[in-house]
Amino acid sequence: MKVTRTSPAARIAAIFGLLVLIILAAGPYWAGRADMRLMSEIFLYLALASLWNLMAGYAGLVSVGQQAFVGFGGYMLFALTIFGGLSPVVAIAGAAVLGSLIAVPVAVLIFRLRGAYFAIGTWVMAEVFRLTFAQVSALGGGSGSSLPVGIVRSMADGRAAREALSYWLALGMAVVVIAAVYFFLRSRQGLALTAIRDNELAAGSLGIDIWRTKFVVYIVTAGLTSMVGALIFLQKLRISPDAAFSVNDWTAFVIFIVVIGGIGTLEGPIIGTLIFFALRETLADLGSTYLMVLGAVAIVIMLKAPKGVWGLIRSRYDFELFPLSYRVHHDDTDK
Amino acid sequence: MDWVNALVQGTLLGGLYALFAAGLSLIFGIMRLVNIAHGDLIVLASYLGLVVVTATGMHPLLALAVAVPAMAVLGYVLQHGILNQTLGDDLLPPLLVTFGLSVIIQNALLEGFTADPQKMNAGAIETASVSVGSLQLGVLPILTFATAVGVIAALQWMFYNTALGRAFRAVSDNQEIAQLMGLNRRHIFGLAMGLALGVTAIAGIFLGIRTSFDPSAGASRLIFGFEAVIIGGLGNLWGTLAGGVILGVSQTLGAKIDPGYQILAGHIAFLVVLAVRPQGLFPRVSG
Repeated sequence: MKVTRTSPAARIAAIFGLLVLIILAAGPYWAGRADMRLMSEIFLYLALASLWNLMAGYAGLVSVGQQAFVGFGGYMLFALTIFGGLSPVVAIAGAAVLGSLIAVPVAVLIFRLRGAYFAIGTWVMAEVFRLTFAQVSALGGGSGSSLPVGIVRSMADGRAAREALSYWLALGMAVVVIAAVYFFLRSRQGLALTAIRDNELAAGSLGIDIWRTKFVVYIVTAGLTSMVGALIFLQKLRISPDAAFSVNDWTAFVIFIVVIGGIGTLEGPIIGTLIFFALRETLADLGSTYLMVLGAVAIVIMLKAPKGVWGLIRSRYDFELFPLSYRVHHDDTDK
Repeated sequence: MDWVNALVQGTLLGGLYALFAAGLSLIFGIMRLVNIAHGDLIVLASYLGLVVVTATGMHPLLALAVAVPAMAVLGYVLQHGILNQTLGDDLLPPLLVTFGLSVIIQNALLEGFTADPQKMNAGAIETASVSVGSLQLGVLPILTFATAVGVIAALQWMFYNTALGRAFRAVSDNQEIAQLMGLNRRHIFGLAMGLALGVTAIAGIFLGIRTSFDPSAGASRLIFGFEAVIIGGLGNLWGTLAGGVILGVSQTLGAKIDPGYQILAGHIAFLVVLAVRPQGLFPRVSG
């Protein structure tokens, strides 16, 4: 008998995933301009969903204010390129660092709130960010500003090359986030996090520093979310407080993605993102009816299948694509 | 004198915020449920008032007689039909279900009434004012504040002097034991949500008379109500009124410095309280 994490299904998934990644990485050579834009958007939503899932599904930090960091990252991209003279790619990394730094005082304050009150506290924070950036006239105040043409041109020669670069950055972001979450969860810290998720009291009595573990998750998530925000607004080339700190775009949709796909699993956000975009591409013409359907689907899933689509699949066929949990294998010789 | 004026106006504004917060505080106190859709339910009540007023031509304040029972019934049905299924130790289901509700209500209102701002016309009372010394106080803000005080006093009385209030306190203290004593927890929770949405209807009507509203107005109402609850301290209804007043005063003082700082000043007051006294100013229960 032996205990391992990996399984044949996970090995097949890894090979399959690598193949998909290679095909996607070659996107600029086979996909049209509109498809590339859509895929970039999918990658960035996948990154946001995986990050939100790490916080809510593993660390028990249910935030409805992640738009604070999406918007902050976007604004930092604009500020660092326009006033700092940095190239957009460097500015994206800068946005991540600044996002983590600003998250420290934010976390110290809102970690005083518990559970659902924490959730609304994060929303208040996002509102503070929005109202503050609306006051900064150098960045366009309430009406926002556009990224100067010179900065956009400096990214790469020609429109095709720029679009390819921005596509690769989005794909790279999704891969980095999923890999980071995966390796984090497999690490010592991740084990502590899983223990906290399963039973906070027990985890605390085993000597896990709960506050510190959650704090680290919050800070890292904030940094990476800011980075995604910078990339989102590098694609849009225009930023305004209402777009940057939109609770619907950057939090409501993300929550729906994770809930529908399956919260507390790595596979969930991937499946959720695919379902979300499939629904959007087919139902978007319905406008607000589409959002009502989305809300209703999320409620039904939460009530009837709280582990989401992936949870349903997993309860039927016991496998995981990302080998996280340990499983026992019985060899014939053990009998 | 301008500053005194801002202070008084802010206090009266705080009455409206206390009305936003009372329903939220009630639901949390009794069943530990934080309702993300609370703000949208307030706005829903405003639209309900608008429909009644346009259909019958009655005064908006009289529309309360329709809106309050209607919202109360909606609350009971909502709790019984959906929200009772989410109660338990896990905080995620109620949070996400009410979040879904919030999106549904917002978009249903958008579908039914478009995004155009609406307002209820209450006639002469909107502009009527009384002079106190050199201050001009609007009759409507005074009425709103008095209503908030009345609602909170009534809730407080109900909690400590009636059988229903005792049932509420019992399920709040320990759901299982209350159940053993013959209280049907699901029914009690339904009544609590009904009561909370009745209060929400009052808040919605006063909101709709005071300012214009649109389908997306719910989010900030939820946030103001939430801030009033936290500033005042969890589980204390009079504290919630004080929290509303502090929030209202911060906002009018902020607006006095620069109109752009109005909402921000309120948020900052909330964050300061959170930093200095995270349990709120007048806490009764630990959250």
